[in-house]
Amino acid sequence: MNNTTKTAEQTQALVRKSLARRYRAERRFRLYGIAAVAAGIGFVIFLFGTIFAQGASVFRQSYVQLTIVYDPETIDPAGTRVPEELVAADDQALVRAALRERFPNVEGRSNLRELYGIVSSAASIELQRRVVADPSIIGQRETLWLLADDTVDMLLKEKVWRSAPEDERRLSDQQIGFIDALRADGTLKLRFNAAFLSNGDSRDPEQAGVRGALIGSALTLLITLLLSFPIGVGAAIYLEEFAPRNRITDVIEININNLAAVPSIVFGLLGLATFIGFFGMPRSAPLVGGFVLTLLTLPTIIIASRAALKAVPPSIREAALGMGASRLQMVGHHVLPLAIPGMLTGAIIGMARALGESAPLLMIGMVAFIVDVPSGITDPATALPVQVFLWSDLPERAFVERTSGVIIVLLLFLIVMNATAVILRNKFEKRW
Amino acid sequence: MNETAKTPPVAPSSKTIGTVTVPEPVFSCRDVDVFYGDKHAIKKVNIDIGRSQVLAMIGPSGCGKSTFLRCLNRMNDTIVGARVEGMIQLDGHDIHDKRQDVVQLRARVGMVFQKPNPFPKSIYENVAYGPRIHGLAADRAELDEIVNTSLRRAGLWEEVKDRLNNPGTSLSGGQQQRLCIARTIAVNPEVILMDEPCSALDPIATARIEDLIDELRESYAICIVTHSMQQAARVSQRTAYFHLGDLVEVGETDKIFTNPQAKLTEDYITGRFG
Repeated sequence: MNNTTKTAEQTQALVRKSLARRYRAERRFRLYGIAAVAAGIGFVIFLFGTIFAQGASVFRQSYVQLTIVYDPETIDPAGTRVPEELVAADDQALVRAALRERFPNVEGRSNLRELYGIVSSAASIELQRRVVADPSIIGQRETLWLLADDTVDMLLKEKVWRSAPEDERRLSDQQIGFIDALRADGTLKLRFNAAFLSNGDSRDPEQAGVRGALIGSALTLLITLLLSFPIGVGAAIYLEEFAPRNRITDVIEININNLAAVPSIVFGLLGLATFIGFFGMPRSAPLVGGFVLTLLTLPTIIIASRAALKAVPPSIREAALGMGASRLQMVGHHVLPLAIPGMLTGAIIGMARALGESAPLLMIGMVAFIVDVPSGITDPATALPVQVFLWSDLPERAFVERTSGVIIVLLLFLIVMNATAVILRNKFEKRW
Repeated sequence: MNETAKTPPVAPSSKTIGTVTVPEPVFSCRDVDVFYGDKHAIKKVNIDIGRSQVLAMIGPSGCGKSTFLRCLNRMNDTIVGARVEGMIQLDGHDIHDKRQDVVQLRARVGMVFQKPNPFPKSIYENVAYGPRIHGLAADRAELDEIVNTSLRRAGLWEEVKDRLNNPGTSLSGGQQQRLCIARTIAVNPEVILMDEPCSALDPIATARIEDLIDELRESYAICIVTHSMQQAARVSQRTAYFHLGDLVEVGETDKIFTNPQAKLTEDYITGRFG
């Protein structure tokens, strides 16, 4: 039987038979694709869903309304009104007095201690700040919303159950009574949690905020971007456009590709040994964090930038060289403008990875407990992913929602950063 | 023009049939070899290129005519592994001499490529680019004048005068190629190299380019590589036939097409292969 002996009809019949098989294969492949995409989207929704479900509540916090009497006897018995004296004053006593005034029937040390536990220790810090800022309020009365304790907050947010046996709760039946009384007349309620966005870290969950980690991450990434983008693009241009092709450049190329796959914690150790150990830079500083993350993102940016340069059509290079442009003019005037969007894509990927890195930052001490918001690149700081790591480890129930809250802030940071880069890239993108 | 330029003697080993020399050549090439790695792409080519005339280079694909063209402005320098040997003189000076700057050479020897390749910039910027980088215009008015003249000479002015700020890539293929020619003549070169400039164009656009080549011939020496024998016959005064890296025959275009001396040339132009 020879192929040439088949009639046209026989051939068509065979084609039809194979057609059905081919379409089946295609349908199957599409199904796999849809299933894979659906699974991916499902996991993302689940992840984001749980994070938002747990973390959304962090943006509201329980506050108690109390009428504070700025008693001169307590704050400034000597009547000096100098800030040093005012700072040393026992502002806690003002809060306690206000609580006793609110619940005049409570008596006895242990009952009073339970009453005082309703309000956060942050309240007295707030009062102290007000007195130092304006000593003329001493002797006056003021009605204020003060932070409630995190246990109270958890009860209001129904993250702990009042139906649990009393010895398994951190709030006693009596305290729940106080809380119910306060809620009944509207002096205990959830309000917008400005402290979460304006405070640094704290051992008290109700006082702990993300600002320190946010500023730390921003400073670290700023240094990373300022260093890694120019260095990475410069290295890519040199390697792609100027360097001779020989054994040395081959070795460099292989090593750049290998560096992109090195575990990030190794870069952390390298940074610890060189920047802190050898050059004596400060520990826990965004400066060093930026250096370490630069090492981490450089290979990514170099590889992406080289790919972008390679993708520029050779006809443009020939046109420029044929016009008598020098090599640098060819690159600067024609190749680079066309390659910039691809390079920015590389930078987005690199920076997104740098933003999410925690391991190398642990090695250089950005994992320390730091209350102050950093004001410069050499101040001790932590970063958002490290803050996630730190808070997820703490026992208080209120830190669970804070962990999710800082993840939400981290994701928002990432979205803003990427959106900016994408807008920039679209601006540079030339119609070809 | 350099009146002292003399025609160097042709090596007696040259097997090329016909007259390879011309009086007062702009280019004189002697025993030019080109290697791509181990591949010997051009073998001992001897040819002169005359002023104010068009030299057409024809031959089957892969015969080395484009490779030879790219030797003349040293575009082969950009190809990794390419090696050019032999002597190529422009106005009596070796273009591979250490004192010969490659950027300056390319300003003197312009090139138009097979596929129109305008820069992704405006029409004005495309033409102004060469004068700008070489510092040919003292001020904006002079630059405007150069752009205007170049576009006129390329026969494109009437079509684009109202949209000089539109991107060069928005033009049609034939217009883009004329833009590339305008861009090349804006730096006032001595020689224009054209590498199959019409192969991506339709017949009408091709006819316009051919007319343009005929006009430009008065001011420039032009070398054109083409796959179309009709085109070679229409636009050129001299024709060179390449075959597998050898320059087989050179001569007056009329003679090559009516009375070829070499068997290979005859086979090619009568369409027996190629």
